[in-house]
Amino acid sequence: MRLTVNGTEHEVLSPPLTTLLEVLREELSITSPKAGCQQGGCGACTVLVDGEPRRSCLTPVAAVDGARIATVEGLGTPDDLSVVQAAFHEHYAAQCGFCTSGFMMAAQALVDRGGEPSREEIRQALSGHLCRCTGYVKIIDAVTAAVNGEVDTGRSEADAGPQGEDAVTLIPGSPA
Amino acid sequence: MAAVDAAEVVVATSAQEAVEAFGSGADVTVVAGGTIVVPEITHGRLRPRRALLLGGAGLAGLTREAGRTTVGAMATVAALDQAPEPLRSTARHVADAEIRAQATLGGNLCAPPGEQSPRGDLQAALIALGAQVRSAGADGERTEDVEEFLAASPGGRLVLDVSFADPQAGSTAAVRRPHAHAYTVLAVCAARTGGQVRIAASGAGPRAVRCRAAEAAFADAGDAQAAADRVLDDVTPHDDALASAWYRSRTLPVLVRRALTDLT
Ligand SMILES: Cc1cc2nc3c(=O)[nH]c(=O)nc-3n(C[C@H](O)[C@H](O)[C@H](O)COP(=O)(O)OP(=O)(O)OC[C@H]3O[C@@H](n4cnc5c(N)ncnc54)[C@H](O)[C@@H]3O)c2cc1C
Ligand code: FES
Ligand code: FES
Repeated sequence: MRLTVNGTEHEVLSPPLTTLLEVLREELSITSPKAGCQQGGCGACTVLVDGEPRRSCLTPVAAVDGARIATVEGLGTPDDLSVVQAAFHEHYAAQCGFCTSGFMMAAQALVDRGGEPSREEIRQALSGHLCRCTGYVKIIDAVTAAVNGEVDTGRSEADAGPQGEDAVTLIPGSPA
Repeated sequence: MAAVDAAEVVVATSAQEAVEAFGSGADVTVVAGGTIVVPEITHGRLRPRRALLLGGAGLAGLTREAGRTTVGAMATVAALDQAPEPLRSTARHVADAEIRAQATLGGNLCAPPGEQSPRGDLQAALIALGAQVRSAGADGERTEDVEEFLAASPGGRLVLDVSFADPQAGSTAAVRRPHAHAYTVLAVCAARTGGQVRIAASGAGPRAVRCRAAEAAFADAGDAQAAADRVLDDVTPHDDALASAWYRSRTLPVLVRRALTDLT
């Protein structure tokens, strides 16, 4: 069996009923998809299969033989965040981060789909994803910003150290 | 993991290949969308000897022709957005968008009863629509009423498709529980096809049931309350983690009345 993960082709040797989640994490060492509930209920394992968000814990690898898989590893790098990553960073949409990869891939699918989904449509699209930390408001804010392109990825300013400046201005009343 | 190692796996690339690989169904575990069966395998509760993956077998179409709708077993729950009521609304309330894009009609119809979670929510809609199930198995292909199919317990049959005459009207009323997405605790579906009204309830037993006494009462007088009063003739509500039998028996008649009132 073969998978193309984030543009790189891999031969898969795990038994055919192994979940895509286990193949990614244990065979290919691609660990952004998280093993949360492993029964479809949390969305932490969501990846894109041929562009569509799928729960990798519910998907036997044989069912996606030959498919294109996208995970957070393929989005951006710490110095060069993708729009979705920058939006999560800007809006404080992650705390422990366990749910974040799943949310980001679902968000990426929404961005790729284009159009102008309403806040309610965004909420519906993400409703299979659980977060035990943030209370969702900031996540939905981040995804709304990402789909509307209202995000500063900071890509051109990476060298100017904008993160350090942000850290200061974001604490109200703190000394300059 | 032993549960996945031992299995012989067939990835069917056509309906015919699926039927051949299924054979008499002995020792075959069918994997459709996998949303129920894959966790069973992953956690070792199910150890398939042979697994038949249907993802590439076709069987996914939804056609509406000459007043009849036919839905392939592998049509996703999301695709049922094109189906008539009450199937459409019922499907929209299954799980969340990601699961709906993976879960199938066939898997919902054949879902083993969930102990503490909703499964098989589409069954009541299919009963209300008077659906016919076409399946393959030991004695070849056969087509039967969905109620007969469910009563016989689906093991041993490979579902190919489901079809029904388009109803004049369809409606549903449900109790849902808010979660990240609201899920259905109890639901009543009704449909009028060729002048006949069929009523079915889901969430009140291991599989959906047809409410014949309520149908007869409604046929007599066209009175939704009279039908509601008879729903417990056919349904014996149970206690579980989602609701008590007491709550179910109080709520079911209300849902029957609402569904029939909406059936214009
Ligand atoms: C988070 C979550 C939420 C859910 N919420 C709901 C909900 O609100 N309502 C609801 O009804 N369900 C719900 N489910 C259960 C499930 O997703 C649905 O019932 C779904 O339609 C099952 O379809 P599947 O294709 O994934 O089934 P699979 O897991 O592939 O199969 C289910 C069973 O049916 C058998 N089977 C599948 N196809 C066939 C066929 N063609 N012929 C013979 N046997 C077959 C399999 O062998 C297995 O026993 C939920 C599941 C999850 C994970
Ligand atoms: S780990 Fe897949 S949905 Fe929770
Ligand atoms: S950030 Fe901790 S679960 Fe979402």
